[in-house]
Amino acid sequence: MNELLLAAAGLILFTVAIGLARILRGPDDVERLMAVQLLGTGGIAALLLAAYATNVPGVEDVALGLALLAPFATVAFINLLDSEQEDAEV
Amino acid sequence: MSLLPVLDISLALLIVAIAAWTIAARDLFAAVVGYVAYGLLLAFVWIRLYAPDVALTEAAIGSGVTGVLLITAGKRLGALKSAAPDAPPGLALKLAALVLAALVAGALGAAILMLSDPPASLAPEAAAAADGPGAGLGNAITAVLMSYRSFDTMLEKVVLILAVIGVWSVGSDAAWGSAPAPLRRPRPYAAMVFLAQMLAPIGVLIGIHIFWTGANAPGGAFQGGALLAAMWMVVMMARLAEPPRIDAQWLRLALVAGPAVFLVVGLAGEVTAGSFFAYPASFAKPIILFIEAFMVLSIAAALPMLVAGPPSGRSGQ
Amino acid sequence: MLLDLFSILAIGIGAFFFLAGTVGLLRFPDSLTRLHALTKADNLGLGLVALGLLPRAETPLSALKLIVIWALVLLSGASTAQLIGRALRRGRK
Repeated sequence: MNELLLAAAGLILFTVAIGLARILRGPDDVERLMAVQLLGTGGIAALLLAAYATNVPGVEDVALGLALLAPFATVAFINLLDSEQEDAEV
Repeated sequence: MSLLPVLDISLALLIVAIAAWTIAARDLFAAVVGYVAYGLLLAFVWIRLYAPDVALTEAAIGSGVTGVLLITAGKRLGALKSAAPDAPPGLALKLAALVLAALVAGALGAAILMLSDPPASLAPEAAAAADGPGAGLGNAITAVLMSYRSFDTMLEKVVLILAVIGVWSVGSDAAWGSAPAPLRRPRPYAAMVFLAQMLAPIGVLIGIHIFWTGANAPGGAFQGGALLAAMWMVVMMARLAEPPRIDAQWLRLALVAGPAVFLVVGLAGEVTAGSFFAYPASFAKPIILFIEAFMVLSIAAALPMLVAGPPSGRSGQ
Repeated sequence: MLLDLFSILAIGIGAFFFLAGTVGLLRFPDSLTRLHALTKADNLGLGLVALGLLPRAETPLSALKLIVIWALVLLSGASTAQLIGRALRRGRK
């Protein structure tokens, strides 16, 4: 059972890696924002699976924290983009 | 369990790749995105090393708050930099930087390889001491932080206050006492306001929970305080609230409350428990939670003030 | 046991959704469509993974936290997708 959990964690990590490679290469800055989104969701899933497989206690709190921090970082990035765009439009 | 080494090695390679990409990134935005991603992957590594407390701290402070701090600071610097472009560094400077970086990396690698086996460690001594006056705490990390090396922890909070004072003093003399600029210049829009309104109450609840549960399970004052700070920053970034004036009484009280309470209780330990910064054994857990509550307040006040930056002459809400 | 089978099934489908989301990320032609693939597939994948881990949670509180995690990711994922989409549209003008 633990082997299967680890396999799932590895698979999700693999997809996150490929997604990151694509997004970080992306043409715009805005595309790179999606990297935070991808890492947030995929990271939480892989984290939960790996922690359940290796019996690390208290991982749900870490995942809750990550779930709060991903939108926090995204909003900050969006604000940067918006102020850059406003500067460009003026 | 042969899958585990494969997972670990691929994780390590992914982290190195992201770090290399971050260093090679061309502009602020890309570099900070890479840095935040790097921090999140490091949190994963900490989980693999059976350290959920450190994982939460890494994700909250190392990745989240520091990333936002880099963005807002870079935004301010960007306005300055576009005024006067300077010449790129010459070959000699680049070579010197390369040699220095190689020396530091080599020294670190040599230090790790030359560690005695098993490595010398304070961990058994700390754990034994934490069982004494920190009795009743199920989380050994909180016991060490708040009892074995309590003085260091208090000094860390004082360093936070000094950092806030440093950031405030960067503003012009005429602006002293006023409020920092809003965290977002253009008008906010509905989706962002909705997110802030929904996220902040839930986040505050989770932050307080993580602080409270840190006595017996992974968590603690620093992680809880960082989450509370993140929620206040989300509210300010959506312009539901503005950064307060830096001479506001409540703000200054909140900032010093943590270290002040810690110091008072520590000094009182001379009388109540026989030595500086010791707690009476029967009351240790309530006292520790009491101190931690004020520390959470200070951290939740200090981190957003670091991000908000120096006062800008704005008169405040 | 039946619960183990349920876990394996849910987590397997969840991981498949993550894979599908990444394939969409690689193959879709446009930023907005890629954003769509990312948010929908990943949120669904996380939901199924959380569902699959529910039987293995240690306490009822842990199981409740798993559900809260999923709800939180749904809420923030939907909102940030809106924000990112808006930023993408403004940039294209």
